[in-house]
Amino acid sequence: MFLQQLVNGVALGSVYALIALGYTMVYGIITLINFAHGEIFMAGAFIGLLLVSAFKVNVFVAMAGAMVFCMLMGVIIELIAYRPLRKSSRLSALISAIGVSIFLSSLALMVFGADAKGFPDGAFPVRQIKVGTADISTLQILIIGVSAVLMMALEFIVQKTKIGKAMRATSEDYNTSALMGINVNRVISFTFALGSALAAAGGVLVGVLFNAVSFNMGLMAGLKAFAAAVLGGIGSIPGAMLGGLLLGVSEVFGVAIGYSSYRDAIAFTILVLVLLVKPTGLLGQKITKKV
Amino acid sequence: MSILKLDNVTIRFGGLVAVDKVNLEVEKGSIMALIGPNGAGKSTMFNLITGIYTPTEGQISFMGESISGKPAFKIAGSGIGRTFQNIRLFTQLTVLENVLIGAHTQGSFDLTGAALKFLPWVRKEENELKELAMSCLKQVDLTHKANELAGNLPYGEQRRLEIARALAIKPQIILLDEPAAGMNPQEKQVLAEMVKAISATGVTVFLVEHDMKFVMGISHRIAVLDYGVKIAEGTPEEIRKNPKVIEAYLGKGAADA
Amino acid sequence: MADFLNSLVGSIDPYMLQILVNVGIAIVLALGLNVITGLTGQLSLGHAAFMSIGAFTSAMVTIKTGLPFFANLAVTGVVTAIVAAAIGFPILRLTGDYLAICTLGFAEIVKVFFLNFEPTNKALGLTVPPAKTSIPMPIYVWVVAILAIILVTFVQSSRFGRALKAIREDEIAADAMGINTARYKIQAFALGSFMAGIGGGLYAHFLSYINPSDFGFLKSVDILAMVVLGGLGSVPGAVIGSSVLASAPEFLRFMSQYRMLVYGALLVFLMVFRPNGLLGGVNVTELLLRAVGRKPAGK
Ligand SMILES: Nc1ncnc2c1ncn2[C@@H]1O[C@H](COP(=O)(O)OP(=O)(O)OP(=O)(O)O)[C@@H](O)[C@H]1O
Ligand SMILES: [Mg+2]
Repeated sequence: MFLQQLVNGVALGSVYALIALGYTMVYGIITLINFAHGEIFMAGAFIGLLLVSAFKVNVFVAMAGAMVFCMLMGVIIELIAYRPLRKSSRLSALISAIGVSIFLSSLALMVFGADAKGFPDGAFPVRQIKVGTADISTLQILIIGVSAVLMMALEFIVQKTKIGKAMRATSEDYNTSALMGINVNRVISFTFALGSALAAAGGVLVGVLFNAVSFNMGLMAGLKAFAAAVLGGIGSIPGAMLGGLLLGVSEVFGVAIGYSSYRDAIAFTILVLVLLVKPTGLLGQKITKKV
Repeated sequence: MSILKLDNVTIRFGGLVAVDKVNLEVEKGSIMALIGPNGAGKSTMFNLITGIYTPTEGQISFMGESISGKPAFKIAGSGIGRTFQNIRLFTQLTVLENVLIGAHTQGSFDLTGAALKFLPWVRKEENELKELAMSCLKQVDLTHKANELAGNLPYGEQRRLEIARALAIKPQIILLDEPAAGMNPQEKQVLAEMVKAISATGVTVFLVEHDMKFVMGISHRIAVLDYGVKIAEGTPEEIRKNPKVIEAYLGKGAADA
Repeated sequence: MADFLNSLVGSIDPYMLQILVNVGIAIVLALGLNVITGLTGQLSLGHAAFMSIGAFTSAMVTIKTGLPFFANLAVTGVVTAIVAAAIGFPILRLTGDYLAICTLGFAEIVKVFFLNFEPTNKALGLTVPPAKTSIPMPIYVWVVAILAIILVTFVQSSRFGRALKAIREDEIAADAMGINTARYKIQAFALGSFMAGIGGGLYAHFLSYINPSDFGFLKSVDILAMVVLGGLGSVPGAVIGSSVLASAPEFLRFMSQYRMLVYGALLVFLMVFRPNGLLGGVNVTELLLRAVGRKPAGK
């Protein structure tokens, strides 16, 4: 029972973590809460679904396709809706992000309709594996495995590549990086591309897991993933992973012990409590303002 | 009689000891200066006195009462006004509003007063605050700019506005962090007269300044800080001759000249 | 008097009337948020939660007691303000986006609370009996809206309002001027929520049916957009923002299926081209004075 729920929780948490990474990276660089990120996750799910059902490709190819599509989408959104506002108040950019989010979810409603869509049967062969008392499905293994691989890839890009180093520098100090000759615009576009790709992968995984893709799936998942990013300490990549896993696991356990109708409140209760004790999140740095 | 007393005050930021066991007294009614090279800990000391930072060790007392550990707004309310080295005006508000906010502690009506703004006694208080604010603006010669946005003033006037705002809390002591920075020689001259005039009204002045001519011209006493340690204190004459100061500070200044 | 008002309201096109009432309620809500976010600079993404607390409180007061409507609204406002102060006390220590996400989280918790709250029918929602007043609702709404406009205008130019603006501009400097920033932030939060609660009460009695899901994240966003669209911190701005956004969905009704699509695009478009709001940087008082010739142009 415990092991079973733990696996369920880790699977859900991995997806939250995948989405949370996009929030945290964008926030780290331009201090914007990218409210449209949840909709990119939703778009990823739809593109994956489309590729699997219309073009009959396998799930992995569909996921790659969704990732590429959403990369472009993320970059274009930044270009149109955020870049012109970079020097304006942060609130204006936030409202713009919310506008993009509303736009995308209503677009999805128009194109795909209001009903949730499922993946065709056998899109991914599911088998149950017995480990001790727990039934673990190959699907959960897929989700956890893919998330782990993607996060390792991200860690490699951020730590080892040139553009990753530029990202970290920009996140550390935007103005100095610009002065040092880092092409900040390129770094920002790259960040959006990376974050969106991860969200798209998350979208396809969730779509397969719950066998449901709908126009409004981005809102709650996005809010919770954002909560995960803040919980871990926004701007911190390991923080987003930790926050995502924590929220996923606590949500599953909360439901398991009978609080299913409070499901959506669990994540936020934890978030509020943690912030009250540690105002910058679990792995966030404490900043003393110089006066 | 001293109005402000620092007793063995220390603050550490991680491994850095920004202010190191400083003992200091400011004489009531005097003009005292604090000098020292960049990064010596002068602004940090002002932040300690005004409660923005809390000392790691030591005691600060103001008019005989301990203020270390008190919140900044209470310390301000007890009669310590200040300006900031990197000007912190309310830039989107008018000059007059800035000074009216300085006069906050001189008023009493709150939320209910705001809702009942038309009542005569609320209006009376509001008018009194305005008069106080205008008189503070007059002290720094900015009455004619009262309705401009603070952020639109030229640099030198912004520094003076900060002084007016600090005067509006009717301070016993006013702390000026590099009031002459960025001013041209004429402006500095005018400012020196203003500071003397403020001192003449009975307000104790404690200032940080890099311009030696300015400091030597108006201060009664000078304390010197280097790497957080107080290395000397005395009259301008004594400081000018002190070999430690020349080495730490004026040596560099002399080379510049 | 009541007859006259009723016939007055009866003479207005019902469709128009509904838009007018929506706008009136939106003004109350937006002005409340304007105190918190516009004047005090504390970004709240959970204003709808206080609206829902007000809506359910007011509905329950009407159902359980015989209190006349104005007393009902007063009780509702005070209850909402007390809840806000209790919540604000711990969370207003947080700054910027941490505060924003906390208000958002809190709003979700409130929603889930009402979805599971037996006395208000859980997810089924609550049917609200007519308000105990002889004055027609549309008139009531607009009287409250005008009072709200006057209140916030007063607040803005008072000692209290200046303290809020100081906190918005520079909290450290405000502290150094002797302003108890923690206390004023809580008071601003309580005042804004007081208005949100009253707005919720009006909403409940005008629609006569409320459901916890009406007060979700998107509703909070709606109110925030009104404030930002008009120009943060400006009373005429909040009024114009509420008027535009509360009536836009109605005017866009002819293209019903594209309505939200256009709304979303409109938000982006307006922000990109007027990032400080429609009235950002415009001094309305001065414009008015100039229009009536009290002030020479170009000065
Ligand atoms: N909040 C803080 N966190 C960490 N270090 C700090 C902080 N505030 C000040 N310092 C450090 O303390 C030292 C003293 O700084 P301070 O600003 O007091 O110097 P100063 O004498 O005012 O210099 P200047 O003449 O350049 O204004 C510096 O090394 C500074 O970097
Ligand atoms: Mg300094």
